[in-house]
Amino acid sequence: MDANTPRTIPRKSYTFDDQTLSEIRRAATTGIYDIRGAGAKRKLPNFDDLLFLGASISRYPLEGYREKCGTNVVLGARHAQKPIELKIPITIAGMSFGSLSAQAKEALGRGATIAGTSTTTGDGGMTAEERGHSQILVYQYLPSRYGMNPDDLRKADAIEVVVGQGAKPGGGGMLLGQKISDRVAQMRCLPKGIDQRSACRHPDWTGPDDLEIKIRELREITDWQKPIYVKVGGARPYYDTALAVKSGADVVVVDGMQGGTAATQDVFIEHVGQPTLACVRPAVQALQELGMHRKVQLIVSGGIRSGADVAKALALGADAVSIGTAALVALGDNDPALEQEYQALGTTAGAYDDWHEGRDPAGITTQDPQLAKRLDPVLAGRRLANYLKVMTLETQTIARACGKSHVHNLEPEDLVALTVEAAAMAQVPLAGTNWVPGKGGG
Amino acid sequence: MIEFDLQKDCVRALNARLHSLPKDTNERRWIVRNPMGEHAIACGLDLPLTVEIEGHVGFYCGGMNKHAEIQINGHAGPGVAENMMSGLVRVKGNASQSAGATGNGGLLIIHGDASSRCGISMKGIDIVVGGSVGHMSAFMAQRGNLVVCGDAGEALGDSIYEARLYIQGKVESLGADCTEKEMKEDHYQELAALLERAQINAIPNKFRRYGSARKLYNFNVDHADQY
Repeated sequence: MDANTPRTIPRKSYTFDDQTLSEIRRAATTGIYDIRGAGAKRKLPNFDDLLFLGASISRYPLEGYREKCGTNVVLGARHAQKPIELKIPITIAGMSFGSLSAQAKEALGRGATIAGTSTTTGDGGMTAEERGHSQILVYQYLPSRYGMNPDDLRKADAIEVVVGQGAKPGGGGMLLGQKISDRVAQMRCLPKGIDQRSACRHPDWTGPDDLEIKIRELREITDWQKPIYVKVGGARPYYDTALAVKSGADVVVVDGMQGGTAATQDVFIEHVGQPTLACVRPAVQALQELGMHRKVQLIVSGGIRSGADVAKALALGADAVSIGTAALVALGDNDPALEQEYQALGTTAGAYDDWHEGRDPAGITTQDPQLAKRLDPVLAGRRLANYLKVMTLETQTIARACGKSHVHNLEPEDLVALTVEAAAMAQVPLAGTNWVPGKGGG
Repeated sequence: MIEFDLQKDCVRALNARLHSLPKDTNERRWIVRNPMGEHAIACGLDLPLTVEIEGHVGFYCGGMNKHAEIQINGHAGPGVAENMMSGLVRVKGNASQSAGATGNGGLLIIHGDASSRCGISMKGIDIVVGGSVGHMSAFMAQRGNLVVCGDAGEALGDSIYEARLYIQGKVESLGADCTEKEMKEDHYQELAALLERAQINAIPNKFRRYGSARKLYNFNVDHADQY
């Protein structure tokens, strides 16, 4: 071909994009699937696809900085003698000591306590530090039962029976040997340095009938004082919520696929479960049909980043949200100031997700004492508290604009969707129309 | 001796009384009548009490027990003595699945048979079964001893960590990474002591020992087909 003949620009495949090609090469070289932390990274329908309408002639707004807009939430009043009351509708999700450093767990407790909300243990049990620094602590009851004991159960303010999580509905956990310090090994009753697998199913119950009996046992052990949550991954939110209610849960936590994990297969994170946006309305519908909406509280998690996300989740019917990944970022995870160190690990700030390797330069997802001590738990806790404050103020800003004196008064009628997909998932009209896909109108 | 009749009052009332006893209580011996298969009987105890249950119990009897000695004069439903920390639970009859699941300490004795998943994820508990155990027993067993005087079902000790399994009878099959191990003198002594504490009559030198081959402790893709 003549050098002067025009050529089409080289074209890369949409199907075989650079990411896909690099993964094929990595797989061909190593023979093992990719393991990483965090939640789904693919582009998914999310809360950005919704907009609030705000006030108008028919809707009367509240004055910012003048008129009160409540943010408190009571969790667990259905059966628990001691329900918990949070000042804000944003909680900190379960993350284990083991996957996180002791400093990071302490910082989460400090930040949540300043903000008047709860934090949550994870797979591996409760540490004295996180109990000490968390005014309200939710104790997770997981299939592995690592560190589970009745003393800590009674020290908790609430118990969360974990059936699944959004990053891997149907999957167990894996803490690789390099993160198993002496203390982590001791808490989990396993030798140091070996991979610690967490089972995907509970060892002593199967199905909703057993779960009901299990919840009753936990209530008996704690003398019916503690709220009991049931956490499910975003697999079948309608049925799982209904079954959790039937099993006696005080609170249902639904975690969409953007929800993070400490470590699992990338293929699991990206291809199993549903986006958070798609989970909220089916869960709310189940509660409404059972006459339990606002009686059994719904906490939504998975990719919550801002007060706008909080307000949208509440408007769709949630009572509160939970944050994990965003809380870690607030502590200092993936900070561009550490770019050189991220590059040395073969990644870049904003993309670092090899949390399972324990080499986190921010000192958060590590058990290396030298790295862990980089995180100042007091300062990091303050940063988290600031972030929670901003999210709360943002939520109130939107709620006031919609004329609501409490954030729980936000409702689906305050929302429209920017895309057909979001309209269908959130069951709100496509912007500029009165069309809700699957509901008629036009 | 305090008698509590579950036909006259409920499990909540029983557990509330047992949980509210002061440390220096004189009410240390209890008899529970008419359990009628109720769930969560005598769970979460935290004192050196003696509780004798006259009949069959449902799920999770003696769950998370600390210090107490509980005897079930009947059969037990699933998860008897689950997550026990210390003390003793004795089942005079048979036990359903997941007996002693995730137990951290103490001694669970089942004079009859135990069903599937006996000792699943055990973390330090000792379990002595007079009869046989079902499939997947000692799955992911981390620590402690499981003694079976009868037979063991298929996939015994699948994905086992450091627990020790002593089986007198036939083993249907071993699970992933579980292997037979040599019985040494200290194992015979340990087994004899467990049988004596359990008050179960058996001869240690008729038992075989099983434990982890430790080949799957760190993930290796070349072992993927063993999982």
